[in-house]
Amino acid sequence: MRFERRDHPSRALTLLAPVGAILVALLVAGGLIALAGANPLRAYGLILKGAFGSRLGISETLTRATPLILTGLAAAVAFRARLWNIGGEGQLYMGALAVAGFGMIPALVALPAPVAILLCLAVGAVAGMVLLLVPLGLRLKFGVDEVVTTLLLNFVAVLFVSLMIEGPMKDPLAFGWPQSVPVPDSAVLPQLMARTRLHLGLLIAVAAAVFTWWLQSRTVFGMRARAAGLNPRAAAFAGVPLGRTLIAVACLSGGMAGLAGAIEVMGVKGYVTTDLSPSYGYSGIIIAMLANLNPIGVIGAALFSAVMFVGADSMSRALSIPSYIADVTVALSLLTMLVAIFLTQYRIRR
Amino acid sequence: MSPPASPTATRVLELDRITKRFGPVTANEDVSLHLDRGEIVSLLGENGAGKTTLMSILFGQYTADEGHVRVEGQELPPGKPRAAIRAGVGMVHQHFALAPNLTVLENVMTGTEPLWKFRSDRAGGRARLIALSEKFGLKVDPDARVSDLSVGECQRVEILKALYNDARILILDEPTAVLTAQEAEGLFSTLREMAQKGLSLIFISHKLHEVMSASDRVVVLRRGRVVAERKTSQTSKEELASLMVGREVKRPARPPSTPGRVLLEAVDVHVGGRGGASLKGVSFRLHAGETLGIIGVSGNGQTTLAGLVSGLHAPDSGSLLIDGQTPARHDVPHAIAAGIGRIPEDRNAEGSIGDMTTWENTVLERIWSPEFSRRGMVKRAAARAATEAIIRDYDVRGATVEGRIRLLSGGNMQKLILGRVLNAGPDILVAAQPSRGLDEGAIAGVHERLLEARGRGAGVLLISEDLEEVIGLSDRIRAIVNGRLSPAIPVEKADAQTLGLMMAGDWSAAAALEAEASHAL
Repeated sequence: MRFERRDHPSRALTLLAPVGAILVALLVAGGLIALAGANPLRAYGLILKGAFGSRLGISETLTRATPLILTGLAAAVAFRARLWNIGGEGQLYMGALAVAGFGMIPALVALPAPVAILLCLAVGAVAGMVLLLVPLGLRLKFGVDEVVTTLLLNFVAVLFVSLMIEGPMKDPLAFGWPQSVPVPDSAVLPQLMARTRLHLGLLIAVAAAVFTWWLQSRTVFGMRARAAGLNPRAAAFAGVPLGRTLIAVACLSGGMAGLAGAIEVMGVKGYVTTDLSPSYGYSGIIIAMLANLNPIGVIGAALFSAVMFVGADSMSRALSIPSYIADVTVALSLLTMLVAIFLTQYRIRR
Repeated sequence: MSPPASPTATRVLELDRITKRFGPVTANEDVSLHLDRGEIVSLLGENGAGKTTLMSILFGQYTADEGHVRVEGQELPPGKPRAAIRAGVGMVHQHFALAPNLTVLENVMTGTEPLWKFRSDRAGGRARLIALSEKFGLKVDPDARVSDLSVGECQRVEILKALYNDARILILDEPTAVLTAQEAEGLFSTLREMAQKGLSLIFISHKLHEVMSASDRVVVLRRGRVVAERKTSQTSKEELASLMVGREVKRPARPPSTPGRVLLEAVDVHVGGRGGASLKGVSFRLHAGETLGIIGVSGNGQTTLAGLVSGLHAPDSGSLLIDGQTPARHDVPHAIAAGIGRIPEDRNAEGSIGDMTTWENTVLERIWSPEFSRRGMVKRAAARAATEAIIRDYDVRGATVEGRIRLLSGGNMQKLILGRVLNAGPDILVAAQPSRGLDEGAIAGVHERLLEARGRGAGVLLISEDLEEVIGLSDRIRAIVNGRLSPAIPVEKADAQTLGLMMAGDWSAAAALEAEASHAL
């Protein structure tokens, strides 16, 4: 048996790859569910029902998808240019912390809501950028591998958040809990559905995905970023400024992750804690791969992941199967997607 | 070395009429080569002449389309590196395959013992290694860690590794590429000693003086064929240089050049070696409507020179004037905007991005021009239309506007690159090795386009290792030697002897010819 590179991977195959990958992942996870003593089909039915069966379910799924779209975009944008940003989690926390810190400025309360919101979003995005520009700088100057630095900075960032919310940013009214001072009301994102947690952040995330798609497929910057990722030497020969292009990509990627943190604080929590993100940053990497790095696909992949997590919660209550099955399924889908991507590019020959 | 009395008794290796094709490109054609016991044979040829392919066939990494390999009379099964090793063929690669954290002895013994043996026979291995190292004068400390060794010592370990595997035929692939001059001298005396002790060696190189001092016999490859075989004692550097780049050819009929104003002028330019050989004070002028050929054996600064004119490097000192002006910046966009068209040396690594579409590859280097973008947005329709026109006008077969460029053959890729460069109407064209790796038909097409560009008044800087090409296209020729350019001689005076001297670094005759030509003007 050997593998042979396909000359033209067909469009249908490329589109079907994530679907196939998810199906196989569900099949394998189904085996685990059966081992735990439940009917897999019933479990999946309950997951779908939990995620979509009620107004609350739908709103929770979409709320959950919101930060995942943004962290998925952060990974997808960077990976396209072969910038291996594994630090989405840390950038998310820095975005969140920056917004909470910015919210402590007294003058913000007096600002009209749209202005305050825009300012806060920008501050969160910039904080995310800064945290990615440091490892990029190290790579450009000294050739330090950014996989290591961005990954390790995640822990630094979370510990820094912990330091700040135990110290100068601690909310005096939180009965001693380690959480930051809440953002002012003027910076809270308006709700999209009454009596749910769904907020404007979803629209911002979707808009970010569309904007990213446009940027990548229609602009000079997008073309250069892709060229720099695919063949740096040829890109340099064609006059693409490699360093500057990577810096712009890093700003976009880190900005998206920072935005995710800011939106989570402004739309859902209201303040920062160290459990703000159940690994949204890391999930973003899976989502980006599942979407084949396509920004529009990121929306779908984020939804899949959100459905699994929200649905698994209610499924586990009904069947007493641990809700970790959601983590398992999503993680499996990354593995199956990697195989699927390979199979779209190579055919198996005997 | 005296010739053996009975050739069949001592013939250790025979490559018999080897032919290997990759698609339309013939890497080796009808190559026969033999090696006798105790002999050092040099395989000499330019990059892409087919040396590496031939040795890969011998070592079983490639399977030949036609022909046989025989070691000591026994035919080697094709495509089996293990069989080659067992038959006593050892290969010392240019890039060492040593584990830096292990000792010399451990490196040498790795892979020689079965994995399921509990104890490795250190004492036996050490004794054998010391015996080998004494026998062949390859001094090395068996217990030294490889990371502490110099490059020259690492190479000795590589050679010992092959000998430890009972190699009787040793292939050295450009062994001096990483060595200092003294280390290279040391290596040559080691090679001599090994040959005297009955080993047979093939020495791959494109450096003339090494070939002259290291080998008994030289086999010259060019474009995949054996073009000459000489006893080293009966040849000279000059002869080898001209054999390597090609025989004298008749110049094809073409309109005479009418040189116009100076388009490009380099004055004493130095460029430090950024991964390639450096330029050490290069001066030349390129006029409108002429082709200036730069000939030379590879590795003498050609790549850096092409990079300089292409806008990839800025001069460290000296100046590069385009149309009499120093450009605001020495970078690619300024070079292109100033009217320089660039045909890169390496089509796949430098000239194209395999996973992008044909249209993206066509417009990428000029994407900033108003023709292809407006306020940061790509003009997709215009880009597609321009690509469509190039595919049609330059007959790029197998290309579709939206298809990935990776699928194009070398010849068609070059047509596309020519198209994207020439459609911009450059005043200056720098063509680096424009026909390397192409088949005859594609080469003719490339040459026609280059002559056309000269005909409409562009200045063409042709950097090539192919003499036929340089004589066929150029009006004046300079040789590049060790980062410096020789005086320019008119192509009418370019014969094999003069060019051989020029490439070997003897420029007195060239200087006289240049002076004579400038008087005639």
